[in-house]
Amino acid sequence: MSEAAANQASESYLSSGWRIRDWLLTTDHKRVAWLYTISITAFFFLGGLAALVIRLELMTPDGDVVSADAYNQLFTIHGVVMVWFFLIPSIPNTLGNFLLPLMVGAKDLAFPKLNLISWYIYTVGGLFTIAAVITSGVDTGWTFYTPYSTQFADRAVVAALTGVFVVGFSSIATGINFIVTTHKMRAPGLTWFRLPLFVWANYATSLVMVLATPVLSATLILLILERMMGIGIFDPALGGDPILFQHLFWFYSHPAVYIMILPGMGVVSELITCFSRKTVFGYHGMALSILAISVFGFLVWGHHMFVSGQSLYAGLMFSLFSFFVALPSAIKTFNWTATLYKGKLIFSAVMIYALSFVGLFTIGGFTGIFLASLAVDVHVHDTYFVVAHFHYIMVGSMVTAYIGGLHFWWPKMTGRMYPELWAKVAALALFIGFNLTFFPQYLMGYAGMPRRYQTYPEDFQILHVMSSLGAGVLAIGYLLPLVYLLWSLRWGKRAPPNPWRAAGLEWRTDSPPPKHNFLEPQTVTGPPYDYDTIDNK
Amino acid sequence: MTTTPSTTSKAVPDEQFDDLTQQRQAVLMGMWIFLATELMLFGGIFTAFTVYRFAYPDVFAEAATHLDLKLGTLNTVLLVTSSLFMALAERAVNAERRRLTLTFLLVTISIGVIFLGIKGYEWHHEYTEKLMPILGLEFIYPGANPDRAEMFFNFYYVLTGLHAVHMSMGLVMLTVLVVFTMRWRDPPRLGRQIQINGLYWAFVDVVWVFIFTTQYLLRA
Repeated sequence: MSEAAANQASESYLSSGWRIRDWLLTTDHKRVAWLYTISITAFFFLGGLAALVIRLELMTPDGDVVSADAYNQLFTIHGVVMVWFFLIPSIPNTLGNFLLPLMVGAKDLAFPKLNLISWYIYTVGGLFTIAAVITSGVDTGWTFYTPYSTQFADRAVVAALTGVFVVGFSSIATGINFIVTTHKMRAPGLTWFRLPLFVWANYATSLVMVLATPVLSATLILLILERMMGIGIFDPALGGDPILFQHLFWFYSHPAVYIMILPGMGVVSELITCFSRKTVFGYHGMALSILAISVFGFLVWGHHMFVSGQSLYAGLMFSLFSFFVALPSAIKTFNWTATLYKGKLIFSAVMIYALSFVGLFTIGGFTGIFLASLAVDVHVHDTYFVVAHFHYIMVGSMVTAYIGGLHFWWPKMTGRMYPELWAKVAALALFIGFNLTFFPQYLMGYAGMPRRYQTYPEDFQILHVMSSLGAGVLAIGYLLPLVYLLWSLRWGKRAPPNPWRAAGLEWRTDSPPPKHNFLEPQTVTGPPYDYDTIDNK
Repeated sequence: MTTTPSTTSKAVPDEQFDDLTQQRQAVLMGMWIFLATELMLFGGIFTAFTVYRFAYPDVFAEAATHLDLKLGTLNTVLLVTSSLFMALAERAVNAERRRLTLTFLLVTISIGVIFLGIKGYEWHHEYTEKLMPILGLEFIYPGANPDRAEMFFNFYYVLTGLHAVHMSMGLVMLTVLVVFTMRWRDPPRLGRQIQINGLYWAFVDVVWVFIFTTQYLLRA
């Protein structure tokens, strides 16, 4: 590369240094984003593999592929890996890590070393947990409910808990980094209401990470102490209350649902405006509803416990607050739709991902309202209805947004274009495969098929087979991007700085960007998503 | 510390920042947010304690009388005093007074160590009284409802133990600061480091005040 030789400052972050320590000891947020991307992808496919074995087992009503214990361990592996090591870090630590400094016009995150350390904590903690879960018989599910986890389950549960506890520090480190960067390192002229919605989404996510994760840490410490040292805070023999564990656990783990979905909402807002060639409809409403979701998210944890024996009044309040979350979520959905209205829509692969997100999120959100209603929840609690609901949000929405975002910013991250046709095929496979997998689960859940069961009555078989076949299609939808994105690294067309003619500071710099992101300091003079101006140039 | 230390104090910010003011503000804000996370960590456990304190008010109030109020009070006084010296150290480093900074830091550390010593003595005392229901040790409680009282002691050990862990981490960091002060290479940077560590130390101090109140003072 002759231009790189000409000036070291303009050299891309990818071309400067390929010794091992240039990557493993890097403090460049863009390289740390890649480290995270590699770890997270590995965890994702591991969790997916467990899901495939589960779906294979459920093809027939009897338990014939794996033993009952192995089945319990499989859904534990699937849940632990997907929730703790994929969904929670996914968008913030990959796309967020890469894009947040670029989008605010900064040279790096506020604490680059902390950022690198967070990756080590995450990876080591994650591997430790996986090793503990796989080599032993941890079968608690991802929620570690007491008294099962403290008095009955395999002792290795302590190791699994320790790993999850350690990974919490990486969440907290990321949260602190993002909040401080957003507050203190914005380019001149980049006021709060000129920030891209992706930044708002990551900011709100970070607030939740910082305020909720420590409560989980405290809860896990108490569990570990009960198991290791006999300090039985949740021990009924001492007048302790196992339900208290559920309260503390869901105080973190419900807001954690918003840790998972808010960044996806941020991604999709960027994609839809770009491929509608229109500014986002109701920008202020979009930004404020992101914040509203993160605040309301702290007040609804009890809706996981409607049948746990909490008081009816508590149940009523939690039900009411859960309905409140639907308001900002609906504002967002309507605004995405209104952004499409009279836009010059471009049905690229990225747009297909974005539209899939909106449709699947709507279905997942609506069924969430069913579950927030006290009486309906008593009927469908712990059935496949719940499983289908949260997979529509966590997989249908969140993973789709993640992969869509990965495509959208792929040229920026790698400097290469991916094959558009294959991307469209993958996007459609994902949408079809996902619905085929999870829509039947609503039906069987409503008809009474309980969660976590290895065997089931024959009446459910047709729906289970549909679901399993869908999982196969879905797997193709996930494997295809893995193949062609890797292919594009070497053979893909070189990407210009702004292949989508998108708004946003990150598109003003080269693809891939130089080490300090911009060759000159950036200033911002106008509102975000000014697509009228861009297209009329 | 990526930059090579130099003997002259330099006014260059780390590479990701535009200027030193931005860096100072960012570092301070980061520390405050970290303290917010610490607050939530202890908050979760205090919440659990509050639930049981309301569920078994009489037993918990009675159980609290088995703690040593005198030593607890002494420790409270010691810890608040150590925070005073920590604040003085911050003043001294900003005035570029090396020896004074060093003295104040060492006094802070000494008081912290004495605090942990007294805490350890208390634990040992409770161990000999058979009031330590951990690791399968025998728990012989002289009052009524020994099982509920055991729950009180569970919280007592969790809270004081977690606090002691935080104290120890603070002491390690203060020791590192002592080394930096002896080297005296970049006083403005050292000033920032002492400031954020001072925030942490004050936080640990405040947490102790809450532990002292809920464990020692709420007694029958």
